[in-house]
Amino acid sequence: MKLEKIVAELDLQVLAGTAQLEREAQGCYIADLLSCVMAGAQPDQLWFTLQTHLNIIAIASMLEVAAIVVTEAAPIAPATVERAAAEGVILLSSTEPTYETVAKLIQAGY
Amino acid sequence: MSQNFSLFTRMNKDLPLSILHELTYEIQVSEVMSPQISTLPSTISMRDVKNVMRSQRISGIPIVSAEQQKLLGLVSVEDLIRALEQNKLDAAVTEFMATNLITALDEEPVVEALKRLERTGFGRLVVVDKKGNLAGILTKGDIMAGLLRALEKTYHRVEQLQQDEQSHHFFAALNSDETSLTLRYRVRAGDFIKGGQASSNIKKALQHIGATPQLARRVAIATYEIEINLIIHTDDGGYIVAEVRPAQIKVVAHDDGPGIADVSLARQPGYSTASSKAREMGFGAGMGLVNAERCADELHVWSALTVGTRVEMIFNVAVP
Repeated sequence: MKLEKIVAELDLQVLAGTAQLEREAQGCYIADLLSCVMAGAQPDQLWFTLQTHLNIIAIASMLEVAAIVVTEAAPIAPATVERAAAEGVILLSSTEPTYETVAKLIQAGY
Repeated sequence: MSQNFSLFTRMNKDLPLSILHELTYEIQVSEVMSPQISTLPSTISMRDVKNVMRSQRISGIPIVSAEQQKLLGLVSVEDLIRALEQNKLDAAVTEFMATNLITALDEEPVVEALKRLERTGFGRLVVVDKKGNLAGILTKGDIMAGLLRALEKTYHRVEQLQQDEQSHHFFAALNSDETSLTLRYRVRAGDFIKGGQASSNIKKALQHIGATPQLARRVAIATYEIEINLIIHTDDGGYIVAEVRPAQIKVVAHDDGPGIADVSLARQPGYSTASSKAREMGFGAGMGLVNAERCADELHVWSALTVGTRVEMIFNVAVP
């Protein structure tokens, strides 16, 4: 499913990567333990996390995930947003908890 | 005029038909026309026309009504010659200008305009927009120049593609008995902000020299884990050195302490000695070395307490 559709369906805020929402996403990976993400997340997946520090951008870039979705409106420092923009990582934010966000995604036919 | 005419016929015969033909379909009239056009009012004489043509070096000028700027006709060098032959330079422009105007639409493909030029034998077309307003003027010279520009662009694109293709063969351009590239990074203890920079740079370098995405990713993930280990666990940081050879990539992380008390325990999944700060950030799952090992073809750890640790990873480059 295209990110722009996901953003619209889940009412996500786009913090970085507005111009890249044509990208296709496939599958999800949900974890806050970064080593689990490094081991388990696959390219083109959506990565749901509550981590918001700078390092998540390095991980997303390395793994080539389609986008990071930070849930529960966790506050994200401007430095993280800037790094995301610089690295071409798409950074999205949801006001709802991870479970509700993912449930909506499934309802939308993802 | 017939010379210009046959030029296009020759182009079609001598040059590979497909690319020129394609371009005439791709390019819009508005991209090649001369948009800045001077117009002249219908009240002037052929002598004025001659002066304007000479001073502005143009061969065709649209004539508009003085009051409403409405397009009335087009006066060309050919009309001027007729006036000269008849010794009627003082006649009004309206007497010699062409009024049965053949126009081109600014949004139509060049091929349509070209067909119209060839069919009518005219040297130029007045270009109008959808509403019929004057948009520009189009000569065969404009089309030629536009096609040449487009050909040049295509040529550059092809050249670029060839270059890209070359860089896709890992190390192909470098010839020696033993070629290697060494990348060295200083990693500082506790510097979470820069965490991942070394691995990210190694990944970019590998992609740049033509490694497959899979290989670049594998090396980057493993390197990231040992880079984070240097940040979380060392007293004074350490170094990451990647030695890249055509058949093998070796990434080494070394530091000066504190060293690992029990290496085999440290290599077990889930075992971690990370600080609570690191854990809060999502590090310290006890999976770092396990992940690295999974990505690398070989992983070796040497460590001694108070001395330091050396992690060496080997990645074999699959021969395509």
